Amino acid sequence: MPSKRITLLLSLLTVVAVLLAACPAPAAPAGEAPAQTGAQTGAEQPAAEAPSEGPIEIEYWQYNFAARVDAMNQLIELFEAENPDIKVIHNADIPYDDFRDKIAASVPAGVGPDVVTLFYGWQVAWIDAGYLVPLPEDAFPPSMVAEEFSPMVQASFVDGTLFTLPTAVRTLALFYNKDLMEQAGLDPENPPKTLAELEEQAVQCTKMDANGNYEIMGFPVSMGGQAHHWFREVLLRQFGQQPYSDDYRKVLWNASDAGYAAWHELLKFQTELKTGDATLFDGDPNFFLNGRACFHIDGSFRLGTIASQAPDLNFGVIELPEYNGVKSTFGSYWTHGITKKAAADPRRMEAAVKFLQFITSPEAGSLWVKIVGELPAQLSAANDPELLADPKLGAFAAGLPYAHATFFVDESKDRQALIDAYDAVVLTGADPDQELDFAVQTVQELLDEFWASR
Amino acid sequence: MRLTLRQRQVVWAYIFLSVSLVFFVVIRWYPTILAFNISFRDWNVFEAGGPWVGLQNYQEIWADFFKPRSAVRAAFWNTVRYVVLGVPTQMALGLGIAMLLGQIRRFVGFFRAAYFIPYVTSFVAVAFVWNWLYAPQSGLINQILQAFGLPPQPFTKSPNQALPAITAVAVWRSLGFTVIIFLAGLQQIPDIYYEAARIDGANRWQIFWRVTLPLLNPVIVYLSVLQTISFLRMFDLVQNMSEQGQGGPLKSTTTVVLEVYREGFSSYNMGYAAALTVILFFVILLITIFQLRVLSRRVEY
Amino acid sequence: MLMAYVLLSLGAAVMIVPFLWMLLTSLKPATELVQFSFLPKQPTLENYRLVLTTSSFGRWYFNSLLIATISTLSVAFFDSLVGYTLNKFEFPGKNIIFLGILATLMVPTEMLIIPWYTMSVQWGWHQGAMQYWGIVFPGVITAVGIFLMRQFFDGVPNELLDAARMDGLHEFGIWWRVAMPLVKPALAALCIFNFIGNWNAYLWPLIIASARAYYTLPVGLSFFRGESTTQWEKIMTGASLATVPLLIVFIIFQRQIIKGIALTGLKG
Repeated sequence: MPSKRITLLLSLLTVVAVLLAACPAPAAPAGEAPAQTGAQTGAEQPAAEAPSEGPIEIEYWQYNFAARVDAMNQLIELFEAENPDIKVIHNADIPYDDFRDKIAASVPAGVGPDVVTLFYGWQVAWIDAGYLVPLPEDAFPPSMVAEEFSPMVQASFVDGTLFTLPTAVRTLALFYNKDLMEQAGLDPENPPKTLAELEEQAVQCTKMDANGNYEIMGFPVSMGGQAHHWFREVLLRQFGQQPYSDDYRKVLWNASDAGYAAWHELLKFQTELKTGDATLFDGDPNFFLNGRACFHIDGSFRLGTIASQAPDLNFGVIELPEYNGVKSTFGSYWTHGITKKAAADPRRMEAAVKFLQFITSPEAGSLWVKIVGELPAQLSAANDPELLADPKLGAFAAGLPYAHATFFVDESKDRQALIDAYDAVVLTGADPDQELDFAVQTVQELLDEFWASR
Repeated sequence: MRLTLRQRQVVWAYIFLSVSLVFFVVIRWYPTILAFNISFRDWNVFEAGGPWVGLQNYQEIWADFFKPRSAVRAAFWNTVRYVVLGVPTQMALGLGIAMLLGQIRRFVGFFRAAYFIPYVTSFVAVAFVWNWLYAPQSGLINQILQAFGLPPQPFTKSPNQALPAITAVAVWRSLGFTVIIFLAGLQQIPDIYYEAARIDGANRWQIFWRVTLPLLNPVIVYLSVLQTISFLRMFDLVQNMSEQGQGGPLKSTTTVVLEVYREGFSSYNMGYAAALTVILFFVILLITIFQLRVLSRRVEY
Repeated sequence: MLMAYVLLSLGAAVMIVPFLWMLLTSLKPATELVQFSFLPKQPTLENYRLVLTTSSFGRWYFNSLLIATISTLSVAFFDSLVGYTLNKFEFPGKNIIFLGILATLMVPTEMLIIPWYTMSVQWGWHQGAMQYWGIVFPGVITAVGIFLMRQFFDGVPNELLDAARMDGLHEFGIWWRVAMPLVKPALAALCIFNFIGNWNAYLWPLIIASARAYYTLPVGLSFFRGESTTQWEKIMTGASLATVPLLIVFIIFQRQIIKGIALTGLKG
């Protein structure tokens, strides 16, 4: 091909691209009329055509996980029995990894849920896009949420407005391997209650072979797992540094010496105490499952993994070790919101609100903990003495009153900033303080961008 | 009306192309142009449209490119590294194996199937198996290294080794494809050329350079263009083999398409993701045109 | 010759070991998975029983088979027709059309799924049995295949086609009866790769299919990946079962390639 023609072709392509760029909304085929009026009802919804006195159909979406699907099916059955004029279509045929992709592709096409389950860390992006609508205050008064729900649920208020509510929540706790503790001469009935004890016992539990390979890791800090949460919401607070300013406009991880001290504490296990390296085995959290780590910080959802893959593991769970007399843990939750698709039609909205009230009630929480093993978000259900006495779940439930859920503007980028800082220190020997400063700067930029856009 | 031979050719060509042209315009080009359009908008998928912001997304990419430890810069340079490491290795190994397969007489079917097996193995399985092979302490490769008294290697856990380690898997995975195409190419070369060369007293080396390679030219063009494009679009393996699919450690394995995916589907900055796509599109287009011009030549028989 | 066998065997070992490991993992109970042993200590077929009975495996298998077959038939026809035209005809716009087709390879699928989905919803391809068409449609003609065939038609001598023209054969007949038989090896390769590509397709079928009854095998298998637990032993079982038809397809089509080699003998 002569080069003249190529130049011509390239410039042609560019011109075409720019010209076409001038045409209206990219989601034009998607949006059509409904999108422009802001009402994403979608005329193809059978419910919309139904006469207004007939039963109304609403769609509920969550990701696929057998126990969650089962629990929700039972809840829907109970709900429909109480509300014969509402029918809930339950779509859980979406693999966990792809939940966000599926939602992202559906919404511009005008299909999708009326009530949707999402990770609380995604709220901001969904709210900013106008996809989630505020929950009506008469149905969900803020005072009720403050009194009845675990304090971490306050993260569902964005700029003072409540957008979502969960059925269940999670906290972090310390898993310990009783057999390994015993082998190391530790008392398995006396797991670490303070940070100092954790350090001491983790060192004692660690075993290396002649080549310097870990045989047993005392306490591998797993940044790809939950350790970044442990730093933000637990270590920082225990060392006396609040992680973010009250209005969530400033990242304060390095705002004081206490912040740096907490960061050094996190790094210390791998760099100084040499109690393990979480990347050495085939990935978190298998090192704990295959009996090669004494201590491990993880969420209640790990109990199910252990039950299925390592049923013989002799382990216990205890609240996260305290320091300076401060107890703290990280809380997180999958939460339910109402979409603009529901909001476009008053009858659907009414049905969605009823459904949401039902699935966030204490009764729903009690059913959920029995089937899924997640802690009820309602304190009345979580304070159940039977639950608190549970040898495994008890430690997680005990953390509910002092759990903090981070308000994430962009959860994955926030996490990545800390992982990169940790890796830079551990893998390339970079200066820890500078790395923390850099991570703070990265996350601060995310926050600035978010607040500037509001 | 009687058409000239040339006019008849034009008519037939467009008849043959008609269905496909409609397909490409509607199913491929139209969505591509939408993506170009989105790159000029601040579009979060949940809204319809999103405001027109001109070149803002491109300016942001430009600014991000020069930030310290920029993910975008790492993505572009890594992508180049994947191509430079992957394409020549893939081509050389593919041709070598295809020619070796042409030399043997027994177990041909077995060997052919053996080299093809990685290609039929499901993608998730491939990533899982290799993560296990590469595992720093207990993985098979490190167990073998240690058995020979060599120090264990961190592979995908090290910022220096992760990219070559993932490239190796990519080559391993699609070697079967390259071998089969080369085999088909070798098969199409008529025997008379080889006989003629032998009669002229050419040795094997000369036959390779003077007969095999020139006659394989169309196949070589095809494979090198295609492999370059596929390495430039590297995504799945990195997503499945780096920790949490984030292109780590320390952004050492991230690629442009991975950044597109992260920005678009996890941060919902579709405009920014689309702008990255547009840049990648033009980079690939230029490289492809360059390759086609340099590599393609008519072979005189 | 001996050297060739040694080299090929070494390479083959590297190729096969990971595959073998996939098969062996499918024979392990879940509790053995974290133990890092190569051979299963207590081999069991339990995973196969569970995968086949507790999931919609048969349905997913059928879906994948149907989709891969339809798309391969369509691709074999259209891609070779277009590849042939782009190589053997002279007409205005030829280079631009070729580059325009090739350019579609330069856009990552991730950017296309939203417009495709929107189109499908408008045309009703996301509901009921139309979903099959919804899954297939983006791949009924492929740039990769057109490019492949275009390159291989280069080796077909023009004199042969001209001779057929003299004999009064019409253009379609020339392509179908004269040119096509000469590129059988390439066509066989195209069929193999296209079938495999569609069999393993993941992202698009996941987005377009609305319910598990319409999922393809890889999408179905991803149900074994959870938030905190991935049931690798089940994924490996499903993946092992999934490779069987692919190996069969390979054996069918590779005959087309092998036959030629056996006839013409030593080449390099």
